[in-house]
Amino acid sequence: MLSNIENSELPRALPRLLARGKAGEATMLPRRSFLKLVGASGLALGAFPQLAAAHGSGTGQGASALKPSQQPSAFVQIAANGEVTVTINRLEFGQGVQTALPMILAEELDADWSLVRSRHGSNDAAYLDPIFGIHLTGGSHSIKNSFMQYRELGARARAMLLGAAAVRWKVDVATLRTEAGTVLGPDGRNLGYGKLAEAAMALPVPEKVTLKDPKNFRIIGRPTSRLDARAKSSGRQDFGIDVRLSGQLTAVVARPPVFGARLASVNDSAARAVKSVKAVLRVPLDRGAEGLAVVADGYWPALQGREALKLQWGTSTVEKVDSQRQLAQYRELAGRPGPRHFDADMAPLASAPRQLEAEFLFPYLAHAAMEPLNCTVTLNKGGAEVWTGSQCPGLDAGAVARVLGLKPEQVVVHVQMAGGGFGRRFSSSSDFVVEACEIAKAARAAGLKAAVRTLWSREDDMRGGYYRPMHLHRARIGFDERGNILAWDHVIVGQSVTSGSVFEQFQVKNGIDATATEGMREPYALPMRLTVHHPKLNVPVLWWRSVGSTHTAFVMETLIDEITRGTNQDPVAYRMQLFRDKHPRHRAALQLAVDKSGYGKTPLPAGRAWGVAVHESFSSVVAYVVEASMQKGRPVLHHVTAGVHCNLVVNPRAVEAQVQGAAVMGLSMCLPGAAITLKDGEVQQSNFGDFTVARITDMPEFDVHIVPSAEPPTGMGEPGLPPLAPAFANAIARLTGKPLRQLPFNVA
Amino acid sequence: MIALNVNGREHTVDADPNTPILWALRDTLGMTGTKFGCGAALCGACTVHLDGQAIRSCITPISDAAGKKITTIEAATDGTDRVGAAVHEAWVKHDVAQCGYCQSGQIMSATAFLKSLPRGKQPTAAEVDAAMDGNICRCGTYARIRVAVVDAARTLA
Repeated sequence: MLSNIENSELPRALPRLLARGKAGEATMLPRRSFLKLVGASGLALGAFPQLAAAHGSGTGQGASALKPSQQPSAFVQIAANGEVTVTINRLEFGQGVQTALPMILAEELDADWSLVRSRHGSNDAAYLDPIFGIHLTGGSHSIKNSFMQYRELGARARAMLLGAAAVRWKVDVATLRTEAGTVLGPDGRNLGYGKLAEAAMALPVPEKVTLKDPKNFRIIGRPTSRLDARAKSSGRQDFGIDVRLSGQLTAVVARPPVFGARLASVNDSAARAVKSVKAVLRVPLDRGAEGLAVVADGYWPALQGREALKLQWGTSTVEKVDSQRQLAQYRELAGRPGPRHFDADMAPLASAPRQLEAEFLFPYLAHAAMEPLNCTVTLNKGGAEVWTGSQCPGLDAGAVARVLGLKPEQVVVHVQMAGGGFGRRFSSSSDFVVEACEIAKAARAAGLKAAVRTLWSREDDMRGGYYRPMHLHRARIGFDERGNILAWDHVIVGQSVTSGSVFEQFQVKNGIDATATEGMREPYALPMRLTVHHPKLNVPVLWWRSVGSTHTAFVMETLIDEITRGTNQDPVAYRMQLFRDKHPRHRAALQLAVDKSGYGKTPLPAGRAWGVAVHESFSSVVAYVVEASMQKGRPVLHHVTAGVHCNLVVNPRAVEAQVQGAAVMGLSMCLPGAAITLKDGEVQQSNFGDFTVARITDMPEFDVHIVPSAEPPTGMGEPGLPPLAPAFANAIARLTGKPLRQLPFNVA
Repeated sequence: MIALNVNGREHTVDADPNTPILWALRDTLGMTGTKFGCGAALCGACTVHLDGQAIRSCITPISDAAGKKITTIEAATDGTDRVGAAVHEAWVKHDVAQCGYCQSGQIMSATAFLKSLPRGKQPTAAEVDAAMDGNICRCGTYARIRVAVVDAARTLA
């Protein structure tokens, strides 16, 4: 997500666009932290933001020059017993930031890791992405953008603890050092951080701090168990769906069968008669649609109420997309001229000794996170509070304020642990949050005062849109007998995921959405002409884990492989030759996977073939060498060896997990039934019975190897996904002699 | 009113007898460790034990639980159950969870599976896969699930 944004331009403009979503800088957080601290009988280390400002003006320390995102108070709490609680400025939804960000901070704080805890933040200004200036979990940016931030936060907190010890002992601070949560004096005296936190809190926040030499890291780089491992292995971890407020009601919504349709007639008498149904409310829905929310004492009666509704929908005025017609439309579009992303001379195409023409198809895909979408809203005199697993709490807060007629500072979004998300929780229309607020508003108008949790069924979630867009690619490639590519004429047809959103002006240039072309051509210096068409259709689309690379990596890596097969060349050597010395990380990742897999050396069991693919996304490179076979006419993936280059690794255990997990999602794309299709405007799939995701029986053996590096870390939430499907397809093509050009695979 | 025995405690639930056990647990009794994933016995997130058998609580009505014992993730992993404790510890040791949402169901399936084995019997890889195939993990933690189930079986031997 947002992978192609120029970092330099985003902070300037986007915060202004999203300003309505930002909470006041000095109003909300301090009050909440203080209340929280009293309850927890702990102390926040360092001044609260507005106190820091006071310090700055009073003492000339200049602490006010620090932004809230740079001040330890919003991020570090140290209890009297020495427990350190680190607040994360991101959503934890599986990727492991809830452990990695505290590791980074604890490293510079010199904390005792066994006493480190973690918690989620909110839409407070302190939790803005320090580079982008918005609240965002996406684009595998959490570690990349917050590595220095969390190091500095830890170092500032450590400096304040040292300062407090120096005052206590009346010694020069330069004679003190720290070790695992303790300040040590020159004479053997020592004090735990918990005993110094209160005094440290009164000190000004230092602006400049010295960071550790990375060779002295003892937490960063060490394979570390997740902080939430125990809670998540015992049912004790609460997610957004588990929020239980006093008297809370549950709403289930009858949404139209076609996106954007409205109600033609309503008979809700049977629904209202269901025991414990409190209200049936007509509410405006996403994209100009409307629907009925059945509000009850719990999900089950609300669902029974919804099933008892007798509704007719007016669908005559909305566009009814049909996948078959859409494919014909896309094919027709692909033949037309359009805006160009690359524009190499195509003259050599006609005279090239070898020609290759190919068409690729990719369906809509649902994110299908395991936790169905939900959002809980309370309205009170002071404003609104929202509990949800959000990737963009600031954007969502702005939407809440607009829907409810509130000021931004009257809205708090409590970010909840999320059961997956993969991009679905970063909706530029804040669709599911807005819907929950509309329902809360209608419930309040109907006299219901309790909090309302809007909960989606699996079917609602799967049929609710915001899919990875359907795409068609077409390529004409001219090359010679040695595999030299002379001209590559390429067309992409697919909806833009940012069209019509606040992100459009950053992502769409010259009519081309950068998220649709990311991963094309690179890292191969090919003479390419790339034409892009973005049709507008009545199907909501969105980023989906690894975004454009979900299709571009497949196209690029299978076509490159096809050229090697056509010219009898080794697919590894051919790629290495194209990388030359321009792409050392690609070379290193691929070489590592090759070496560890035994590719080219170890003989494979009969019926198996090697497959290779390498792809960079979100600044990290992942190479796969896989073993696959055909079993009873079905492609089977047996073994995957990964070579990963993500620069410095914060938590190797998490990187391994992310590569495996992303690869499984990539594998899911290959399996029969991994497609969302529409007929006469209606989504045809509804649950895990007709929308396939990988199961344990699909899981290959899997080894992950990481290239050592000391460069600033890059993200790993997404880059493991793109190269899996092409590596698998390349292995199968070597067995069958036929290239695979569709996802899911069409081997019939 | 239906009497439910959950984790050894008797509860009286005032709900439609067709209410799935899942929603009685979550919405009526406030026991949220058991998760809602699909509502159709397709994903396994809601797995609990009914008289020791792994069942999908999202489609099993509370009327089916009359006179039977329901065991949920909260009790299976609280240290009192030998097999559940071994599975819990293996899950922690191997850092299985990512988002963690499906893991209650995974652990309940793994626990029922290991309880079904003759004492000392080590499961084969194919048996582990077959036992766990009904539980979807969208984060793709399957490699570590395999390792954790086998490791738990080893500690129980």
